[in-house]
Amino acid sequence: MSLACAIQPAMAQKSTADGIAEYREMLQDGNPAELFEMKGEELWKQKRGSKNASLERCDLGKGPGVVKGAFVELPRYFADTNRVQDLESRLLTCMETLQGLDAKKIAATPFGKDEQKNIEGLVAWISAESKGMKFNLPQNHAQEKQMYEAGKRMFYMRGGPHDFACASCHGADDKRIRLQDLPNLTKNPGASAGFGAWPAYRVSSGELWSMQRRLNDCFRQQRFPYPGYASDVTIALGVFMGVNGQGGEATAPAIKR
Amino acid sequence: MPDPMRIRAQASGDKATVRVLMSHEMETGQRKDANGQVIPAWFIQDVTASLNGKQVFHAEWGPAVSKNPFLQFNVKGAKAGDKLSVTWKDNRGETRTDEATVS
Repeated sequence: MSLACAIQPAMAQKSTADGIAEYREMLQDGNPAELFEMKGEELWKQKRGSKNASLERCDLGKGPGVVKGAFVELPRYFADTNRVQDLESRLLTCMETLQGLDAKKIAATPFGKDEQKNIEGLVAWISAESKGMKFNLPQNHAQEKQMYEAGKRMFYMRGGPHDFACASCHGADDKRIRLQDLPNLTKNPGASAGFGAWPAYRVSSGELWSMQRRLNDCFRQQRFPYPGYASDVTIALGVFMGVNGQGGEATAPAIKR
Repeated sequence: MPDPMRIRAQASGDKATVRVLMSHEMETGQRKDANGQVIPAWFIQDVTASLNGKQVFHAEWGPAVSKNPFLQFNVKGAKAGDKLSVTWKDNRGETRTDEATVS
């Protein structure tokens, strides 16, 4: 329905990027990601699993139950699991330890199905709680620094039948694909604009894509084998992009074409 | 039970702007699934809105409206504190009503 209002005088000087920005702005007002946010907030408070517990005591890095501001500091190191975790791997930990759900089973579930659907709602709500805040990923722990380096290696690793890396498209300014500008994910503003927009609602598929799902698609586009859900390689890429985007604003859950 | 809508109604001057986000698949009935079977049509057919119980908006929709539709309209004479309710009905007979207070 919102598209009906799109008719306006043609402007010859308008660049494609302006056009896309305008399209996003138009949709922003009715971003269906909000429907997922509503579900996510409910899920966070709902008692579920074999332990019949909610996620309200889940520690996302700022103490048990603190959601506001957690998103802009993830991925980070967690002492209880002795791992660097992103939002989704951390949610798996909480769902297993607090609620008694099977994290392995959830990780093996295809995107958009069963418990993965619940994760979509949760990440939409948790990221929305930090909307407008600035990225501030910690880099104090040795493992966090190590993950940054691992993410960097992955980002620049060329391979697959097309022999390209993330960096082939996202490692320099002013690149584009099919008239769409590509953010330079090695520095700001590209890194925060790119990394800070996911999870996002994808209009083309009518689904909410989490960061893990987005990264999965990057691997597919490179014709690499799919990474495991919430595996270290995806978290490392998250650390790399997140740290590069330091100081940038989180816009998630955004709306994408 | 269908998922809830998100309704925002904001008064300014002598009118209120209402923005509604609905959660619905909106299948056109023209797509096929992986096995080549046609996915049956499933879309919202009827949308109504009432202000303090009096109907102020009615629309008939078809399969061309996209998934998770967003609807925006103005209501003349709506003031802060008024009750606004929106109801949709789809071609399967499912229906959902949600309420919001004009702010």
